[in-house]
Amino acid sequence: MTSTIDSTGAPGFPAARAAKCPFDPPPTMQALRERTPLARVRLWDGTTPWLVTRYAEQRVLLADPRVSADMTRPGYPSPAPISDAPISFILMDDPEHARLRRMVTAPFTIKRVEAMRPAVQKIVDDLIDDMLTGPKPVDLVQALALPMPSLVICQLLGVPYTDHDFFQEHSSTMINRDAEPEQRRDAAGRLFAYLDELIGEKLTEPGDDLLSGLTERIRTGELTRPDAAQIGVLMLIAGHETTANMIALGTLALLEHPDQLELLRDSNDPKLVAGAVEELLRYLHITHNGRRRVALEDIEIAGGIIRAGEGIILANDIANRDPEIFSDPDRLDIQRDARRHVAFGFGVHQCLGQPLARMELQVVYSTLYRRIPALRLAVELDEVPFKHDGSVYGVYELPVTW
Amino acid sequence: MKVTIDQDRCVASGQCVTAATTVFDQRDEDGIVVLLDPSPPGELADDVRHAAAVCPALAITLTE
Ligand code: SF4
Repeated sequence: MTSTIDSTGAPGFPAARAAKCPFDPPPTMQALRERTPLARVRLWDGTTPWLVTRYAEQRVLLADPRVSADMTRPGYPSPAPISDAPISFILMDDPEHARLRRMVTAPFTIKRVEAMRPAVQKIVDDLIDDMLTGPKPVDLVQALALPMPSLVICQLLGVPYTDHDFFQEHSSTMINRDAEPEQRRDAAGRLFAYLDELIGEKLTEPGDDLLSGLTERIRTGELTRPDAAQIGVLMLIAGHETTANMIALGTLALLEHPDQLELLRDSNDPKLVAGAVEELLRYLHITHNGRRRVALEDIEIAGGIIRAGEGIILANDIANRDPEIFSDPDRLDIQRDARRHVAFGFGVHQCLGQPLARMELQVVYSTLYRRIPALRLAVELDEVPFKHDGSVYGVYELPVTW
Repeated sequence: MKVTIDQDRCVASGQCVTAATTVFDQRDEDGIVVLLDPSPPGELADDVRHAAAVCPALAITLTE
């Protein structure tokens, strides 16, 4: 393939974003997408996996069974010097992946998630009541963005929310790409031990929650206790880091686009709200380090060949800005049809919690600005600390006032 | 339009249900897709096409 950059000149990945626009993907990666659908990039450890830059090729590869998510295979593009603790089925291939995943899908059906909507609305209203009676300015991350999904996932899993300081601290260490390998391993170990103990308690006294459901499987021999604890760690981390970042970063994006915020605030139409959520997912792409895979066989794609054993990174952030799919892609437009975005991935590994995440975001975005119409940033945009170093992008703090 | 589904491939993402509620549903026990209407009326064609397009597992097949 002539347009492909050879591995000696491969640009570093992940690349830095432009200082002036914290919502846009790194300009070097956007430029790469314009040049080629398939490029070599250089990672922190000197390896040069393929970066798949465009939407169409990403969907094809993510749905291809010759592409493996098993990070223990040679050639898998390592995101950072990380712990060797497996994070359950997201890093496995079928049929084992499907077997474990199906054990936890029941609470995420559209029906079950809709049944949780009133409870989520109550959580959001209570947190906003506290904001309104508390001091100003307030950090929206601590006041709303983090506790909301955290409360929800705790209820769903059957984890006591009173322990949230403990697991929030360790889960952010686990996904911080600048943390030392030992720190990450230690954090993963503590979370695992915590979940293992909780599952032990539920084995003798099951409740009506997801972890208790897993103890049923342990009893029947379908699942080992360590595998159950590993699933618990995964769900706990996935359940609050991502949604929390979408709430805070989404709020910031809307505050920076007042016309879009006004449209959302003044509408009572659940369709418009749902559409706005899809557009913010597309536009913000908080999983900014790409999906990681490794080829099991030679795969012909986009006029090139990915050889067996070569690493593949599917950059969903730049795919979501692919002008072939989304017209004027760098514009935030909550009225466009953005539903085809790949913010949740594609293929069999696509995010399991997406119906829940969507519903949580719909509730927050349709409530917060209506209840606090004068909401605004309490600092300058360039004073907001962005999570450039995290494996999930967002803000560490969002000081707001009204 | 004729719709077929492959339950073995389905990963229970529920996107088809969101796109076309009267055509797709999910099993309570594991969220796997259930086909409610294998020949949906013409006015639902766009929604059903959309469901097939967003299905991450390519579990929905349409014959027009
Ligand atoms: S969209 Fe596809 S994977 Fe998701 S529930 Fe429907 S058939 Fe299954």
